[in-house]
Amino acid sequence: MLNSLWCRRLAGLLLLWVAAFARADLSVDIVGGGANRYPLAVPAFAGEAAGDALTGIVRGDLALTGMVDLKPVPAGAIAADAAQLNAPVWRTLGANAVLAGRMSAGTGGLTRVDYQLVQLAPRKVLAEGGYEVPPAALADAGHRIADAVYRALFGEPSFFLSRIAYVLKEGRGSYALQVSDVDGRNARTVLRSKEPIISPAWSPDGGRLAYVSFETGKPVVWVQDLGSGQRRVLANYRGSNSAPAWRPDGQALAVVLTTSGNSQIYLVGAGGGAPQRLTRSGAIDTEPDFSPDGSRIAFVSDRSGGPQVYVMPAAGGEPQRVSWQGSYNVSPRFSPDGKQLTYMRREGGRFRVVVHDLASNDARVVSDEVYGESPSFAPNGRMVLFASDAGARSVLWASSPDGTSKVRLGTVSGEVQDPAWGPARP
Amino acid sequence: MFKRVLMASAIASLLAACSSTQPPAPADTAPAVQQPVVTAPVTPAVDAAAEAQARLAAERARLAKESVYFDFDSNAIRADQQARVSQHAEFLKANPGQQAQIQGNTDARGSREYNLALGQRRAESVKNALEVLGVKGDQLEAVSYGKEKPRAEGSSAADFAENRRADVAYR
Repeated sequence: MLNSLWCRRLAGLLLLWVAAFARADLSVDIVGGGANRYPLAVPAFAGEAAGDALTGIVRGDLALTGMVDLKPVPAGAIAADAAQLNAPVWRTLGANAVLAGRMSAGTGGLTRVDYQLVQLAPRKVLAEGGYEVPPAALADAGHRIADAVYRALFGEPSFFLSRIAYVLKEGRGSYALQVSDVDGRNARTVLRSKEPIISPAWSPDGGRLAYVSFETGKPVVWVQDLGSGQRRVLANYRGSNSAPAWRPDGQALAVVLTTSGNSQIYLVGAGGGAPQRLTRSGAIDTEPDFSPDGSRIAFVSDRSGGPQVYVMPAAGGEPQRVSWQGSYNVSPRFSPDGKQLTYMRREGGRFRVVVHDLASNDARVVSDEVYGESPSFAPNGRMVLFASDAGARSVLWASSPDGTSKVRLGTVSGEVQDPAWGPARP
Repeated sequence: MFKRVLMASAIASLLAACSSTQPPAPADTAPAVQQPVVTAPVTPAVDAAAEAQARLAAERARLAKESVYFDFDSNAIRADQQARVSQHAEFLKANPGQQAQIQGNTDARGSREYNLALGQRRAESVKNALEVLGVKGDQLEAVSYGKEKPRAEGSSAADFAENRRADVAYR
């Protein structure tokens, strides 16, 4: 399933294209892009073999953002560095800049990769650098080069070094909790189970996942170290245990317990200890998410009747209702700057992904699908990831928070559930 | 004499097999029994114990199919479901050592975690109804499967209705 390389050209709504993706559980299709995209040419690097995925990864990452207009490059066109670059020729392609680069043999069997991002008029090197990596780490070098290009063009970090977690349901009674690079490469199974797995949540350092597993016959919250694979029970109290959310300091998690006879939010230490109750209602209080500064918790409560989004102080206290449009608003997640929430709203028979600005209370629908679930922000706040059903199967979508750009991360087989966008790797 | 020892051994083995908390009797206990240990008439006792166990198992199997169904977006015990709740209550009161896990379920619409909470509310609703009927709370655990373990996989109104239910699983 993971082996064969494939190459495909896609004409999306705005004729963006993506090339040379290694086939993985997830693949990337660009179906929409924002206006004012930066025109860029990314030819193959000098010395790059046909089977190397290096510049394919760079193009794929940049295309994912919807902010770059990747110009088609004639086959065989190569620019090894700024000195060899014939600017007028490249300008005829419509590019404002070219990513030049070369691959060569490094020391001790490593592969050396050098790159220069060259603006054509006025001519200027915007970014340059090099890596010596083992062949197996070429994909990582590709993500790092794409990040350097993105930073040079847009003056902020990219999300290319982050990972996503999701649950792949491969039929009844077969669940796989998986983690992959943001482009779907390097997908690996963290946990396989015959019983449902839901609600994966990344630790702030990206090293651990909390999740809910039904393997013991009821929902129990586990924490698993991604490096060692070791896992332990975080919350297994009488009743149901669910909805883990890490505090940004990584020292504690909010979870939902039912020991009071209804679903309420509690705080538990990451290393264990007695739960401390944070909400006190006779209603359902669930789906907690900490603000990035750790001061607030967004959650869902049906204390007013239907489920709505609320925000309360992180230590508990009087909640403020945030969502007022619609009768069903669930699954809130903060943006990295804490100024927005994304959540899921029922509109008629549809479930839409909404991005809600907390200062203006402007709430914008960013999904067109019949069903969108489990939205979460990219670590740089530029995209929202969510799962959707497209006919019989479900797929992952990433949309810009203004809804103008959209990317489909299509599944090869199975049903993708509960995606969660993880933090950026250092 | 020898026959009676054999019979005692058989009863010991049977009782051990019936109990989930005691380890099986070691095989070498039979020769060690030198005196008759059973003074009551033997055959009726064996039959009664076995029969009681069989009756209990049959009753559990029958009751396990007696799901409690709910209306859309509701956790109220419907009038037409009250008799089922009562059957579970009578069984649990007659067997105070019996543990039951009440598993709430929902249809497929909406978020996983909110549905988990709705399923929990249905399970708690059945638990409360059983306690009102005299069942001890420590016999019961209310848990939720939310929309994760649908009995009906389709998306028709009938499928959704089948999944809006609580099951009582005897442990």
